[in-house]
Amino acid sequence: MFEGISTQLLFGQVLLGLINGSFYAMLSMGLAIIFGLMSVVNFTHGAQYMLGAFIAWLLLNYLGIGYWPSLVLAPVLVALTGMVLERLLLRPLQGLDHLYGLLATYAVALIVEGLVRYKYGSTGLPYDNPMPGGINLGFMFLPYYRLWVVVFSLVTCIGTWILIEHTKLGAYLRAANEKPQIVETFGINVPKMMTLTYGFGVGLAGLSGVLAAPIYQVSPSMGSSLMIVVFAVVVIGGMGSIVGAAITGYMLGLVEGLTKVFYPEAASVVIFMFMIISLYLRPAGIFADKESV
Amino acid sequence: MNSLAMAREPDARASAAVMLKIDNLSAWYAESKVLHGMSFDVREGELLTLIGRNGAGKTTTLRSIVGIVQKRTGSIRFRDEELVGKRTFQIARLGIGYCPEERAIFSSLSVRENLFLPPVLREGGMTDEQLYATFPNLKARAGSQGTKLSGGEQQMLAIARILRTGSRLLLLDEPSEGLAPVVVKEIGEIIQRLKAQGFTIVLVEQNLRFARMVADRHVVVENGKVVDILSNAELEADMGRVKSYLGV
Repeated sequence: MFEGISTQLLFGQVLLGLINGSFYAMLSMGLAIIFGLMSVVNFTHGAQYMLGAFIAWLLLNYLGIGYWPSLVLAPVLVALTGMVLERLLLRPLQGLDHLYGLLATYAVALIVEGLVRYKYGSTGLPYDNPMPGGINLGFMFLPYYRLWVVVFSLVTCIGTWILIEHTKLGAYLRAANEKPQIVETFGINVPKMMTLTYGFGVGLAGLSGVLAAPIYQVSPSMGSSLMIVVFAVVVIGGMGSIVGAAITGYMLGLVEGLTKVFYPEAASVVIFMFMIISLYLRPAGIFADKESV
Repeated sequence: MNSLAMAREPDARASAAVMLKIDNLSAWYAESKVLHGMSFDVREGELLTLIGRNGAGKTTTLRSIVGIVQKRTGSIRFRDEELVGKRTFQIARLGIGYCPEERAIFSSLSVRENLFLPPVLREGGMTDEQLYATFPNLKARAGSQGTKLSGGEQQMLAIARILRTGSRLLLLDEPSEGLAPVVVKEIGEIIQRLKAQGFTIVLVEQNLRFARMVADRHVVVENGKVVDILSNAELEADMGRVKSYLGV
């Protein structure tokens, strides 16, 4: 049935799908965490992802700080700027219609992208692969760095899941997602928790950006092109469903990769077709619990 | 039982220190004024009910004390602290536990997680053993999803989770609502036991029989004002007086 298709191509695309899925998963997880607690659709997410990659590039080119320290430093910096943004811009919008947060974060995304484009142009900046080489598996060649991205993203997603589902901190987060006022009557500083949560969510975006830098080129628009798909992922998984976001991310990355093998013409639209079907069948998302429908 | 509370007679309670003093409290939901100058106080170790018709402002009074209703004027003094102007989490940390009418059990948390969610804020809270001794059902169902419990169990959970925190003032909003008589009785016994352990309790209650069973004094609320305050003995002696307020 699949005669014309070489295993090389098939596994190559599966790997590419997993790579893309890794970014979808990490980004949509951050979005879902932020949306769950703050009801903010964080349109700055793509810019914060780009910022992560860009900070890594700046650290390397101006301070000589390499990939590994950047993997920690850049996300922390993105998280810090995110927390400042939350305090100055998002907190005053709390309690207003979702649209305000959405527009405000979108505006910030445009500003950040514009500034980077103004200073560094829109052509991609190269970032050297910190793990050159690879391993020949017989049926395909597996570059080490790509393997690292998939493994690291899986560990990050599972770690985030454990943090949220199986720790006290996560219990506060889940509880505050449901009934923030009640959590506050227990003496929890919920506004501060929102700031930290926003920092964590966008920190994940920054981390994804650093991971992406050696694979994709560092460019101002690297985030916005990815975010269109990531928003589709979040909608399919269910806004606010953290596990759903991650699983859907990997799944759709794979679907996209496989579509490239079997019907390349549909590869760029397959995720949106999924979105339409899932909106039709389960409007609140595949992984949304019934109560949030 | 706590020896501190055992010796306390009603007369002693009447002279006990004022723990919570509410003076000329007004409160608003957005633009609509719901409380119009409430004044009453709650003494250390006392069990006070707020009674009155639906919409009289009883729930709003509790929500104003804990700061969920932020727009308020007048004064709410808890021991030496003024609560008007404070945020909810700051108020809670002074040692005020709040059990809302809707119980607010978290569906994404297990019973155990619900129970242990509120952090211990100060000393003197119940230990885990004491909690499970008081609420054995919750131990048996610790792993279940919080909202899978029966209404009565959810109510117990909502009360239980604020007993660990070291809060000495408990605000309970209609714990008997919507529950079977046998469960109401059980909750009444638990509340009496809490009182005996020295907790100070403000109870919003529509169920007069339940209120009589547990309370020292009753504050009658009407249209956001206090229209009468009477001791439980006075209530027993003159049920007509209260029933006329409640319109029953």
